[in-house]
Amino acid sequence: MRAWVEKQRNMVDFTLSALLRRKGKNVSLLAVYTGVVFVLGSVMFFTEGMRREAHLILHGAPEIIVQKMVAGRHDLIPTAYMEKIRQIKGVQSVKERLWGYYYDPVVGANYTLLVPDDFKLGEGNIAIGKGISRKRLAYEGDILSFRGYTGDPLTFQIGEIFSAESELISADLVTVSEEDFRGMFAMTKEVATDLVVKVRNPKELATIATKIVQLLPDTRPILRDEILRTYDAVFSWRSSLMLVILLGAVFSFIILAWDKATGMSAEEKREIGILKAVGWETSDVLLMRFWEGVVVSASAFMLGVLLAYGHVFFASAMLFEPVLKGWSVLYPEFKITPFIAFNQVAALFFLTVIPYTVATIVPSWRTATIDPDSVMRL
Amino acid sequence: MLSARKSDLFFLFITASTLLIGIAFLHAEVQAARNLPRLQQQAQMVEKYDLTDLALCTEARYTRHPSQADRHTAFQDHPVSLEHFPTGSVIGPSHHLK
Repeated sequence: MRAWVEKQRNMVDFTLSALLRRKGKNVSLLAVYTGVVFVLGSVMFFTEGMRREAHLILHGAPEIIVQKMVAGRHDLIPTAYMEKIRQIKGVQSVKERLWGYYYDPVVGANYTLLVPDDFKLGEGNIAIGKGISRKRLAYEGDILSFRGYTGDPLTFQIGEIFSAESELISADLVTVSEEDFRGMFAMTKEVATDLVVKVRNPKELATIATKIVQLLPDTRPILRDEILRTYDAVFSWRSSLMLVILLGAVFSFIILAWDKATGMSAEEKREIGILKAVGWETSDVLLMRFWEGVVVSASAFMLGVLLAYGHVFFASAMLFEPVLKGWSVLYPEFKITPFIAFNQVAALFFLTVIPYTVATIVPSWRTATIDPDSVMRL
Repeated sequence: MLSARKSDLFFLFITASTLLIGIAFLHAEVQAARNLPRLQQQAQMVEKYDLTDLALCTEARYTRHPSQADRHTAFQDHPVSLEHFPTGSVIGPSHHLK
């Protein structure tokens, strides 16, 4: 056993010396390989973290939301629909939801305006998200001006700023009183943005949603489960963002492995020829190439995973920020909760380390089995 | 003077990295437990205000509230308007619209 261990150590010594002889090439190879693992790892950590976080946060979302559709578009819903929905057996409560968007030309940002059930700040006051506060340099007690539907300015005093911890859901949020909201957008009491339905038995959600559509064919119910599944889809590996990044990384990795698998340089072939001429067995050559694959891929994997972890959970996935921000002016400042699973890291390992190690051994098998004299003459 | 063998340095690097990855797993566990109250607080806020979506991409209404969007929102500007907001290619259509 001791002799076997010593042989492996000697082999690693030899392999590292051989790799260091071609320092420039191998360091760049390591850098590219680490970069591929880093990108794949970052995507994996980010999507899993966001997916789990969205699930935990949004499990409190309304059970059923009922929207009115006009010509395929979401429209204001008559509050008279509430009474009709209440008649459906199993419905516990129905309430209106007033919310909408406001484009602020001062900073070029879109806000989400919402009327809470129980707005304690009263008319003329608002509560705003940390993102708006940061962008408008507006703090508690300050006055913010909005434009009403007539174009006249409407001023509100900031009564509260939502906590920084809630930025992921409140960065662009403005809560106002019902009177102010209706006054701002000229919405009569007869309409609401949509309706929130609560049911007695959660198992009946789908049945009640079907009954709502039967009773009011111009409506569309959205179930909480669908909201959660939307975020599952957004942060799944098949989502557009992830596919684009994954494809880029996977193709660069394929090129890397292909380059390795399809050929060895004349210098590498000559080296194998010399080793065989001085008495190395084919199995020794393969062992050396195996260690070469392990040294490069294991180092790249370790470095890549650690860098990806730091990037996503310590630097808030800053490289993905421009992608998620797009043209948005408001972007939440948040730290992703690190939800990582062992099988994720294991999958990344099997996707990157194993194929590369195999790709390193295959061409050397071909070289190691031919006559050393002919290899050295290359 | 004794100098460390290259193989020793390599195995030391691999051991240290494995240890760091182990620490990362531990950190994830501890941090997730520590963040739970914050996540619960956010869930309560979602319940209180009847919120439906994350304020992640605020540039267009169908990426700000993907779960509330209809089939037309991405093409709202004119009849042959192509979806053009950058985050539109990141935030796909809602589950129930597929």
